Amino acid sequence: MPLDDPMAPKITTENGKGSAAPNRLAVIDGDIHPAVRSMADLKPYMSKRWWDHYETYGMRRKHGSSNGEPYPKSAPLACRRDAWPEEGGRPGSSLRLMQEQHLDAYGIEAGILGPLGNTGQGEMNLELSAAMCSATNDWQRETFTRPEKRLKGGLVVPYEDAIAAAQEIERCGADTDFGQVFLLTRSAEPLGNRRYWPIYEAAERYGLPIGFHVFGTSGHPVSGAGWPSYYIEEGAGHSTSCQTVVTSLVIEGVFERFPKLKVVMIEGGFAWAPALAFRLDKVFERMRNEVPHLNRRPSEYIRDHVYFTTQPMEEPDDRRHVLDVMDWIGWDKLLFASDYPHWDFDDPFRAFPAGVTTEQHRRICAENGKAVFRLN
Amino acid sequence: MSADWKGAIDCDVHPHVPNIDALKAHMNDYWRETVEVRGITAFESVAYPPNAPLTMRPDWRSDKDKGRKRADTDAGRTAAALMDRHGFAHSILNCLYAVQLIRDEHMAAAFCRAVNDWMRAEWLDRDPRYRASIVLPLQNPELAVEEIERCAADKRFVQVLALAMGEVPLGKSQFWPVWKAAEKHDLAIGIHAGSSYHHATTGSGWPSYYLEDYAAQSLGFHTQLGSFIAEGVFVKFPKLKLVLIESGVTWIGPYLWRLSKFWRGVRLEVPWIDRSPIEFVRDHVRLTIQPFDAPASGETVGRLMDQLQSDQMLLFASDFPHWQFDNDDMMPVGIDATLRKKILIDNPLATYARLGGSHAA
Repeated sequence: MPLDDPMAPKITTENGKGSAAPNRLAVIDGDIHPAVRSMADLKPYMSKRWWDHYETYGMRRKHGSSNGEPYPKSAPLACRRDAWPEEGGRPGSSLRLMQEQHLDAYGIEAGILGPLGNTGQGEMNLELSAAMCSATNDWQRETFTRPEKRLKGGLVVPYEDAIAAAQEIERCGADTDFGQVFLLTRSAEPLGNRRYWPIYEAAERYGLPIGFHVFGTSGHPVSGAGWPSYYIEEGAGHSTSCQTVVTSLVIEGVFERFPKLKVVMIEGGFAWAPALAFRLDKVFERMRNEVPHLNRRPSEYIRDHVYFTTQPMEEPDDRRHVLDVMDWIGWDKLLFASDYPHWDFDDPFRAFPAGVTTEQHRRICAENGKAVFRLN
Repeated sequence: MSADWKGAIDCDVHPHVPNIDALKAHMNDYWRETVEVRGITAFESVAYPPNAPLTMRPDWRSDKDKGRKRADTDAGRTAAALMDRHGFAHSILNCLYAVQLIRDEHMAAAFCRAVNDWMRAEWLDRDPRYRASIVLPLQNPELAVEEIERCAADKRFVQVLALAMGEVPLGKSQFWPVWKAAEKHDLAIGIHAGSSYHHATTGSGWPSYYLEDYAAQSLGFHTQLGSFIAEGVFVKFPKLKLVLIESGVTWIGPYLWRLSKFWRGVRLEVPWIDRSPIEFVRDHVRLTIQPFDAPASGETVGRLMDQLQSDQMLLFASDFPHWQFDNDDMMPVGIDATLRKKILIDNPLATYARLGGSHAA
């Protein structure tokens, strides 16, 4: 929402930095997207060998596009029209604008970054993938988290090569500038598959949660039913990719093997989670002898290990329905996220339906994130 | 207890093709010879491993000591377990013989013809209470239309059948001639859990366990529902009814909230959609009640049912012989008597135009 909107929060306060509400909450935002001004921003962090390779061959991901989107977004770069920096570059590339327009204006105390785009994730050349992920992490640190202590980085890893991904966690994991390890939901194989376990082993060791953000280029359609035509199908369908991740983590026994691991499902909504848990419990009850490595019901692993960011907030006609869902998930497992600077941004003070109590709102926006993200 | 179920219409019963010979009897010389020369023994998918617990309730399995074949290969034994025992008016047969796996569209059409004719001879003709779905070779929409036209004169076919996961989402315009033929003949469209396995079962590839494969079937339903709505199938064919069979039910409310929110934000992309997706669903989409993904809590079920905002969307089904319930617990707990009657009788009658007036309620 543009801040000159008459409905927007007043942002004049004593310190001049603004506050979104009179009783200012120290908001934790679980999903902020930093961007490069252009790919040249990554060049200082890449070896000549890999920068030359990138310049010569470009990125090659499993959707076939070198430039452009198979499902064009609803707005340029899927961004808010008011988030383009005056000084040029993409939305999310100006720390100044991010501070003014978002961190200060909404009283964000901790913002968790999730770099998207040409970060190296999903690149088919695994060595380029690793080199570009490292560059993205170094760029993210120098450009955002070193100068702005309210921001915590999302440690981008080349997840299709789990050994290299674990090495990247080794390289950066001790740096408290990073608040989570960042993966995308649409991977080459379901993410509970043991080929990915080195990532979880390393993340658990450093006390970092795994953030699974929607998107990714798996080479597979959004479900086994084939490729849909429209962006609204692809966009709504991201919740199915989240269900695949949760199912796979639980059923493969990732939480048995890594009992301290916490994961965050980002930007897939959350209302699907109870129905999935009901479904998994039911099938598990019938066929637990197929998965004897599981000692508990699927819903119990989900309840203990899985957090959900709230954006884009589901909005049923009757708000009681989403309140039921939040109740079933648990008020301690929901995390506010804005998705700044994207078009479907959620405002921490307007996204939640009436009926969410002040205390529940405080937990979602300012408290629960402390239990999962590595904030200091 | 049988009075509780009297007159019910069971919208999902699975007859099982016992062997290739049963189908050969309904093939012409060319296809019979093809089956023999090429050594084709079966088309069965991994969707229901024969010995997996979910595939068949123990008391419906074969029993050598008692000289019993598996119940779902026998029209009489199936009728005894369902319609005779409970007084159902009808059982609608959805045959899951895996014609969808076949890559050769001509062979797929030949096997569809054989399956449909086998159902007629071995099931429909043996008990007047059976109804059935026409199995379609959707590998080629023209051949699917031909199969509808071939079978439609037999009013015991009340629906056409597709699987939740094929090659291409079913709302796309290449399938519209098929849906047009279905609408013309008052046939509902049934989409049943299952896959052609022409794609991996998830958007992130193939899962390791059968349990995941079955759970992932509901994800295919998400895609199909989004496709039917976004492509405008219900705008183009306003009389169509779409029945989602064995989908699990409770996923649909949350998915519709998300789909409707995207539609509100990005509706410039699909300007032919002039109403919220939820409204299309209330008018056109129905779900069978087995399995019903919810805990056995009347209070929770009640809150989940309220998400549907309609008492017309659910259709009774046993999902025989799949092991979805024990004893006679075919209805989720917490359904009141009024809604129960709608689910058992009124809603199926309103969904399947071809059942009109013929039920014994």
